[in-house]
Amino acid sequence: MNRIVKFVILDILKNKVVLFYTLILAALSWSVFALEDNSTKGLLTLLNVVLLIVPLVAVIFSTIYLYNSTEFVELLLSQPVKRNRIWLSLFLGLSTSLLLAFFAGAGIPILIYAPPEVSLMMLLMGATISTVFVAIAFLSSVFTRDKAKGIGIAIMLWLFFALLFDGLLLFLLFQFSDYPIEKAVVFISACNPIDLARIMILLHLDVSAMMGYTGAVFKDYFGSSYGIYIVMSILALWVFLPYRISLAKFRKKDL
Amino acid sequence: MKKKFYTLVLLGYAFIANAATLHVGKAQAFLLIKQAIQAAKAGDTVIVHEGHYKEGNIIVDKRITLMGVNYPILDGEKKYEVLSVKANFAIIKGFQIQASGYGSLDDPCGIKVYDSRGVEILENILDDNFFGIYIQYGKECIVKNNRIKAYGVEEQQIGNGIHCWKSDSLLIIGNKIEGHRDGIYFEFVTNSVIWRNRSFDNIRYGLHFMFSNNDAYITNYFKNNGAGVAVMFTKNVKMYNNHFEENWGDAAYGLMLKEISDSYIIGNHFLKNTSGIYMEGTSRILAEKNIFEANGWGMKIQASCLDNEIRANNFIGNTFDVSTNGNTVLNTFNGNYWDKYNGYDLDRDKTGDVPYHPLSVFSVIVEQTPPAMLLFRSFMVDLLDKSEKISPSLTPDNFVDNQPLMHSLSL
Repeated sequence: MNRIVKFVILDILKNKVVLFYTLILAALSWSVFALEDNSTKGLLTLLNVVLLIVPLVAVIFSTIYLYNSTEFVELLLSQPVKRNRIWLSLFLGLSTSLLLAFFAGAGIPILIYAPPEVSLMMLLMGATISTVFVAIAFLSSVFTRDKAKGIGIAIMLWLFFALLFDGLLLFLLFQFSDYPIEKAVVFISACNPIDLARIMILLHLDVSAMMGYTGAVFKDYFGSSYGIYIVMSILALWVFLPYRISLAKFRKKDL
Repeated sequence: MKKKFYTLVLLGYAFIANAATLHVGKAQAFLLIKQAIQAAKAGDTVIVHEGHYKEGNIIVDKRITLMGVNYPILDGEKKYEVLSVKANFAIIKGFQIQASGYGSLDDPCGIKVYDSRGVEILENILDDNFFGIYIQYGKECIVKNNRIKAYGVEEQQIGNGIHCWKSDSLLIIGNKIEGHRDGIYFEFVTNSVIWRNRSFDNIRYGLHFMFSNNDAYITNYFKNNGAGVAVMFTKNVKMYNNHFEENWGDAAYGLMLKEISDSYIIGNHFLKNTSGIYMEGTSRILAEKNIFEANGWGMKIQASCLDNEIRANNFIGNTFDVSTNGNTVLNTFNGNYWDKYNGYDLDRDKTGDVPYHPLSVFSVIVEQTPPAMLLFRSFMVDLLDKSEKISPSLTPDNFVDNQPLMHSLSL
């Protein structure tokens, strides 16, 4: 299995897209911190990078890579290798390389410029979001043979989680603002990995506003010491479930 | 004039020459402080040597200097008021006063000053008292360099650190107060100065002001008090060069102003509060050269505020710089530095050429629906904010700084 993972990573590195992604992230992060005189504003820009660009790249690149490696997978399947292993190695290879790219590109400037508690949370969330969206890519690519359709599904999912979801939530908030909907809102936002990541970073970035707001439920849910464990386990589910479903599909898939 | 002065000096010498010094302690002339006070005449000095004195309520009813050597302990045994001062120009210095009684009717204190003038309370340590220092109908009293500590848990169970009531011309200087209900409490106190005090970890307010006109508080440090600092129903207050830090909570404010008028807030530093300043029913206030940094809300200005001027302040790294609860804007913002300002300065006069609208639409939304805070900094909300900045519809369009600074002021 290790050899397949190694092969996938090397293949991706040869591909140069991930290298390019690293460079873009690096250029963006360094310039953002260099241009702004206070690191908070730089962090806000990077927050948008982590919440929008990172998942977009992760989901599209992984989907395309999976489609392009169909023949490779078929070749591997002709060998005595289990399907589980192939799928897992692909997953590990993809997520490892994207994580490396994220850490090398954005991680170093964030660690250097931002205050430690915020930067660590941002890196953790960036890494988790990358992995979640690799898993989502696996799900969207296993459903259809048609590459265009697969990529379409991937982009739609990204669009939904990154943009539409918040719009819907805001709409709900306005519609039901007369009712005690705080708990419901917390629950709904937990259904979106990007929202969860954003809230976790926010709790450190806007600490005075978020932690001071005792009336607000998110402090009770996410701000407590074990809040981070709850969030991390929900996000872990967001990696595990799409991957698991895609694996079940892949096992039975007629290639 | 000169003659008068010499006479005064001579009188002073005569006075000192007549003054006796009485010693209290185990191997001294007096065993009990009460005896010494009884024996003393006006102008005498009573020196109390090291020891643990449990004498119940000690009443200072003569113009004497009561001085402790090496902080003798006066213990109220949780039953009595420890020291009651009922004489003009008495001086209390260098004691450790602890464990005053608890009472909800008569407010037993560490040191209480009744109807007196020119009393000085200097360099005492007050530990675990119900009220720390209480000045009632005092005039020209000085409370200086005391360390006051209590271990209050509930508001109802503990009194204030320095409590001043119906007094005039007080000086509260260099005290350190922690763990009381309010650090410093002023009610009906006029013409007084609060200077260089540190008030932190109090249950309610670091400083609490009510109906106290013509006072100034300068260079104080208020940190992590339950609800910050409250100044209410007062006019002519000068608030200079204070630090308001880390007052966190739904109803906690760095500085809360309620029904204040004709006052000055200059050169203060508001750091990491849930709300830096909260204003309600406030009018004719000048807020100048303050730093608002890393607060949840820099300033919350309710629509009931009128004719306040906010100029030349730095707003740096706040989640929201300002917010309000209505559409009326009767206050002016001018020449502040806002780190969220994206304008340009073509004529190079160091003020931006485009007016800045400091009120973000999202702060208005959060004011109405607090759970919306959950969506803060999401892309959708950023879009909303951007479009609102270009053409204000939900936010009042006269909520504007016409001369936003391009660079922060060095304060």
